[in-house]
Amino acid sequence: MIKLQPRREPSALMVYLSPVLAGLLTLITGAILFTALGYNPLTALHTFLIAPLQDSQGVSEWLVKASPILLCAIGLAVAYRANIWNIGAEGQLLMGALVGSAVALQFPDSESKAVLVLVLICGILAGMFWAGIAAYLKTQFNTNEILTTIMLNYIALNLLQYAVHGPLKDPEGYSFPESAAFSAGATLPTLMEDGRVHIGFGLALIAVLLVWFLVSKSFLGFQMKVMGMEAKAAKFAGYPEKRLTWLVLMISGGLAGLAGVCEVTGPIGQLIPNVSPGYGYAAIIVAFLGRLHPIGILAASLLMALIYMGGELAQIKLSTPAALTSLFQGMLLFYLLACDVLIRYRFIKTKPTTLSQGAN
Amino acid sequence: MTATTARLELQGIRKQYPGTLANDDIHLSILPGEIHALLGENGAGKSTLMKIIYGVVKPDTGAMIWEGNPIQIRDPAQARSLGIGMVFQHFSLFETLTVSENIALALGDQAGDIKTLPERISTISKRYGMALEPHRPVHSLSIGERQRVEIVRCLVQDIKLLILDEPTSVLTPQEVKTLFVTLRQLASEGCSILFISHKLYEVKELCHKATILRGGRVSGECTPADESTLSMAKMMVGDETPVSNTYEKKQGGEVFLTLHQLNQISHDPFGTSLKNISLQVRSGEIVGIAGVAGNGQEELLAALSGETLTPTADSIRFPTGAVGSLNPTERRQLGMAFVPEDRLGRGAVPDMTLTENGLLTGFLHGLVKGGMVLSGKTKHFAEQIIQDYKVKTPNAQAHAASLSGGNLQKFIIGREILQNPQLLVASHPTWGVDIGAATAIHQALIQLRDQGAAILVISEDTDELFQISDRIGAIFDGQLSPFKPTAQATIDEVGQWMAGVFNTEEAAA
Repeated sequence: MIKLQPRREPSALMVYLSPVLAGLLTLITGAILFTALGYNPLTALHTFLIAPLQDSQGVSEWLVKASPILLCAIGLAVAYRANIWNIGAEGQLLMGALVGSAVALQFPDSESKAVLVLVLICGILAGMFWAGIAAYLKTQFNTNEILTTIMLNYIALNLLQYAVHGPLKDPEGYSFPESAAFSAGATLPTLMEDGRVHIGFGLALIAVLLVWFLVSKSFLGFQMKVMGMEAKAAKFAGYPEKRLTWLVLMISGGLAGLAGVCEVTGPIGQLIPNVSPGYGYAAIIVAFLGRLHPIGILAASLLMALIYMGGELAQIKLSTPAALTSLFQGMLLFYLLACDVLIRYRFIKTKPTTLSQGAN
Repeated sequence: MTATTARLELQGIRKQYPGTLANDDIHLSILPGEIHALLGENGAGKSTLMKIIYGVVKPDTGAMIWEGNPIQIRDPAQARSLGIGMVFQHFSLFETLTVSENIALALGDQAGDIKTLPERISTISKRYGMALEPHRPVHSLSIGERQRVEIVRCLVQDIKLLILDEPTSVLTPQEVKTLFVTLRQLASEGCSILFISHKLYEVKELCHKATILRGGRVSGECTPADESTLSMAKMMVGDETPVSNTYEKKQGGEVFLTLHQLNQISHDPFGTSLKNISLQVRSGEIVGIAGVAGNGQEELLAALSGETLTPTADSIRFPTGAVGSLNPTERRQLGMAFVPEDRLGRGAVPDMTLTENGLLTGFLHGLVKGGMVLSGKTKHFAEQIIQDYKVKTPNAQAHAASLSGGNLQKFIIGREILQNPQLLVASHPTWGVDIGAATAIHQALIQLRDQGAAILVISEDTDELFQISDRIGAIFDGQLSPFKPTAQATIDEVGQWMAGVFNTEEAAA
């Protein structure tokens, strides 16, 4: 008989091996799935995971996709470490995009990059404001932030829909629900000549560095960690619980807002109804897949971006269903949760126990 | 032959848990009508052994012989049907149900006719001198009364062996006496009792035989009446540990901590409101507050630490002024240090390393500069605690949860003392730690006192308070008793205070 037995100490190896194992299991299940659907599994996996990156154009698109996921996930990791369950990166991202667009559209003919700075700051503030609602409710009324942030996601989505169908709709856009294209001044500079990768990716990398510094070097980061691991110990040591709650929600909301405003000022260039294909939700998976560690999250967001691209490419080349992307994301998360059991438990073979007196 | 057949005999019981051998080759024999003590420090394997007897845990090897017949106990229901009853240290009672409902629930079919159960409960409780009203809801009972519910639950059945796990740890000295009367009566009627404890004088007073466990093995058997508490203690802890010390009593100097008419309404429906608490603690003295758990200790500690702020700042004062409205960090900056009652979860974060746990409250003492953690100094601080307070651990990178209770407690006390506090508030400083660690902790507290710090100790262990405090009093229902120099106080007097008998005394005086 095979039994799960608790380990005396969590396995340090499994902490890092578990995401790799989850990735492998996702691949294997993916291959079985493709076969069942009647595709050649090798061709399908190749289309899904390797073909998207075969030219510099592809790599550029890859980084474009990774940027918003990375920005959201790195912010979420800060909150999750402090045991604050911000599920609202999607809404905070949308608010960043919405408010950033509203500001950008005030300067239709500007060439000045000062406009861009203003737009970015407004996007960040919008994300912070949206997370701030949850922070206020949590610190004042002890409202569960999981519920409030999820609900705020839908409100943000509807506000965005309203804006593109109403006040921000391009008057010369033949009634399409889109804003006018942003001026040059309100557009992010690109990093490469060919391709759309923009300085948003650079900003994301800077965010990774800053967060790494915060969580591993600063006393503030230590206080957040204590609060996350053992709230009563934080209270005993006198750490300011409410201030820390506000802080982590401001950081994650601000970074999600930045992700949103970078999308509209970067690759999209205008406000459209579907700014995000669920980056804010994918970021939750990425944060955990990356073990809430900045470097892990960088790697995980690149993987998640690849799944997005592979899903699209497979749709075009093999006419697979669009749901495949979500399916891969879901599998990755569930396999990760399953593999994480091995961090605290191990498999052992058990023999039936025999007492010395035996059967009498 | 029948007269000498053991009620229960254990032969070669062995139980291996991952990483620890909890029981190894245990032999134990209890006669009918015998009160048998199972002595040992925390972690010696007492709990595992009684769980094996009660059918909660299955042994790896070994035999159990019940009244001459080899048996295997599958589960507690079977144990109960044999006539084995057990009173756990932590009661398993539903607070919203009545006494008889609780008993009916716990026993299931074995409770017999539900309609006559309340009557049988009354009869039994009267017969054994344990007043108990079957229709009262459990939430209205004191801790001592709740324990009676658990004991009566065992007696409702035809009981042959009663197992009691540290039954006296939640009782006042007077309640302990009443319990002992009941137990002696039970034994005289032929019931065997397995009495688990680490309080030696109780064992000496009550028990006919004792089996002593150390590190999962039987380290000795004796007749407590023939032994001194010291010789039994030696069997419990081994020869290498100093067992007992008496410390010189001191008077203290200037007043450091003043509590003045502290009133605080508890917002927790199960909490205790503090009523008119006034107390002074001088530099260079240890003041002890005795009391049964749940009489306002937690609320008083939270008010002292700054986790809850007092309604008027002036009700808690340091020499520098009122501190009632200062947060924990601000109070620490004024020289306070604090040892909370829960080691894991408040005093230390279980899954953090000792280095990180040193930083937890040590951050005010040069470990943080410009918002950055100075990793070298933080590590050095933890290593210094480990060295100075002889904390047994592979290194400072070990997780707090991997340390034994005593070692972690030494670490926490060391962390607080190394911050050179002028006032140390300690709650149950040696709760659940072995004698060796307890002695080390007591010595550290005495040393800190002799360096001139004011120390306030709140503990349920009255013996400990008599040993280390210079002045002693008790808390009952959120009120403080009068305080007396320990040398002039008696256990009986403090026991009365713990039971709330001091208001009349004051009125009379």
